[in-house]
Amino acid sequence: MNTQTTTQAHLEQGATEAVVEAKNLDLVFPTNDGPVQALKDVNLTINKGDFVSFIGPSGCGKTTFLRVMAALEHPTGGSITVNGMSPDEARKNRAYGYVFQAAGLYPWRSIAKNIKLPLEIMGYSKSEQDKRVEQVLELVELAGFGGKYPWQLSGGMQQRASIARALAFDADILLMDEPFGALDEIVRDHLNEQLLKLWARTNKTIGFVTHSIPEAVYLSTKIVVMSPRPGRITDVIESTLPRERPLDIRDSQEFIDIAHRVREGLRAGHADD
Amino acid sequence: MKTFLSVLTVLAAIVAFWYAACVPMNIKGVLDAAERAGVEVSPATSKERRDLGSFGLVVNNSFAIPETFAQDRPRLPAPHQVITELWKTTVMKKVTSKRSLVYHAQVTLNATLLGFVIGTGLGILLAVGIVHSKVMDMSVMPWAIVSQTIPIIALAPMIIVVLYSVGVQGILPKAIISAYLSFFPVVVGMVKGLRSPDAMQLDLLKTYGANTNQGFWKLRLPSSMPYLFASLKIGIAASLLGAIVGELPTGAVAGLGARLLAGSYYGQTVQIWSALFAAAILAGLLVALLDLIERGVLKRMGMAS
Ligand SMILES: Nc1ncnc2c1ncn2[C@@H]1O[C@H](COP(=O)(O)OP(=O)(O)OP(=O)(O)O)[C@@H](O)[C@H]1O
Ligand SMILES: [Mg+2]
Repeated sequence: MNTQTTTQAHLEQGATEAVVEAKNLDLVFPTNDGPVQALKDVNLTINKGDFVSFIGPSGCGKTTFLRVMAALEHPTGGSITVNGMSPDEARKNRAYGYVFQAAGLYPWRSIAKNIKLPLEIMGYSKSEQDKRVEQVLELVELAGFGGKYPWQLSGGMQQRASIARALAFDADILLMDEPFGALDEIVRDHLNEQLLKLWARTNKTIGFVTHSIPEAVYLSTKIVVMSPRPGRITDVIESTLPRERPLDIRDSQEFIDIAHRVREGLRAGHADD
Repeated sequence: MKTFLSVLTVLAAIVAFWYAACVPMNIKGVLDAAERAGVEVSPATSKERRDLGSFGLVVNNSFAIPETFAQDRPRLPAPHQVITELWKTTVMKKVTSKRSLVYHAQVTLNATLLGFVIGTGLGILLAVGIVHSKVMDMSVMPWAIVSQTIPIIALAPMIIVVLYSVGVQGILPKAIISAYLSFFPVVVGMVKGLRSPDAMQLDLLKTYGANTNQGFWKLRLPSSMPYLFASLKIGIAASLLGAIVGELPTGAVAGLGARLLAGSYYGQTVQIWSALFAAAILAGLLVALLDLIERGVLKRMGMAS
């Protein structure tokens, strides 16, 4: 019920506001074996509240594009803005939370203290830190686990804790690079479902890298299909699925059609090399 | 239990070998003494005996074997002689006595610990500098390496003479030699430790807009702890060695080094060996203590291996 109203609000205020705009983006890595074109002529607009998945074969530049958004890499050509600013400025404004494939929790910190890490760095007050830890633990369904240490948690719980850490400060963009890549199918399904709920509740814009077609289709409002050498976008699919998605939506014809189009896009990308 | 038995077996083998070695090492001295006391030995004169090998002497004079474990100043003291001496000079002596090994060990220990603290502090500071500054990395590291290639036995007298000429003496010169030996493993270990966080960890901090300082205290320093402890264990042993070497050129009257020196002046081999063992035991205790602290700390930090 609650979820539904926020989703509505989400739709009304969000739909047209561009959060990320990439124009003719190029990125060349100089390497010992000569330059590697990781991104070529990438044009993409991500709107507020979008859930955008990046899918494509290994080496097509998914991670690189995410890192460009996060100002961890800098493009060698073209332009990109995040919230109307350069990625570097956006970072100073705490525009995004980043979730890596490995949870990367500090073993010497409890879960709560791990979540406090960005808050300490950003100078939140003690009471604010405690409040936010409570909130995000709730969001990722880890309430009560704050005092535990990472090794006391399963892989899936650790990854949820790392998502909580990325949610703790008010970044409105969440960038996730194969966050569930190392987890088994069942845990993954569960986390996907949770992630959708979390997205609906928090009004975040999410960039999500995956190798799984069903995962991409199930989660996204927009699916970006990429192909390698040079890394480029070959198709952008706007999902027609409703925002509210029970797991069994994956058996619907609509879902299968979108998945089919993604598969075609991936195949086309492969055909020309 | 099985490992315990194996360890015991190895230990027994070493002791047996040691006893066996005492016989040929000491036989000549024993026979010389016997000859002086009027006992008949073969060959009869010292000169003839010198031409015969030690093993030949043992074969000809097997009656003298027990005596090779009981000399006053043997070339190689037998294990029980060393242990007896250790016992007499530790448990049986008041610790304030100049003849107590505990007293001497404590003198050396003070210099060791002071040197260890100085060396560790210096090592950590240098490592921090090296990790954060390319210039320091390229200018300090080569010198640190060169410093360790100079034999300390050659350098120690110079350090002591130089410090003496500026009026520094007592515990400090020894501690400085200790520090000189112990800072190096700490530098090497800490540089590696502070650089141990992987690219992902560093990127994560970057996305939070963390500065160098925060990166150091929140990530680099805690990550380096296992490396630090490994270095400290090498460092403390090196410190002890430094303190002992520092006692040799001054003709110090107190300390394990002084005992070694005095022992060798007067041919008191039993005393030399017991001082050596005292040093080894002390080093073992210090390393074990660090090991204990390491376990506690790393366990609390969730980094126990
Ligand atoms: N720091 C770097 N230096 C040099 N080349 C790089 C660097 N990072 C990525 N590349 C190259 O850029 C290309 C794109 O890499 P990227 O990591 O973005 O691929 P990806 O789509 O994320 O692949 P995967 O699915 O395997 O994670 C690859 O050819 C890769 O070798
Ligand atoms: Mg990748």
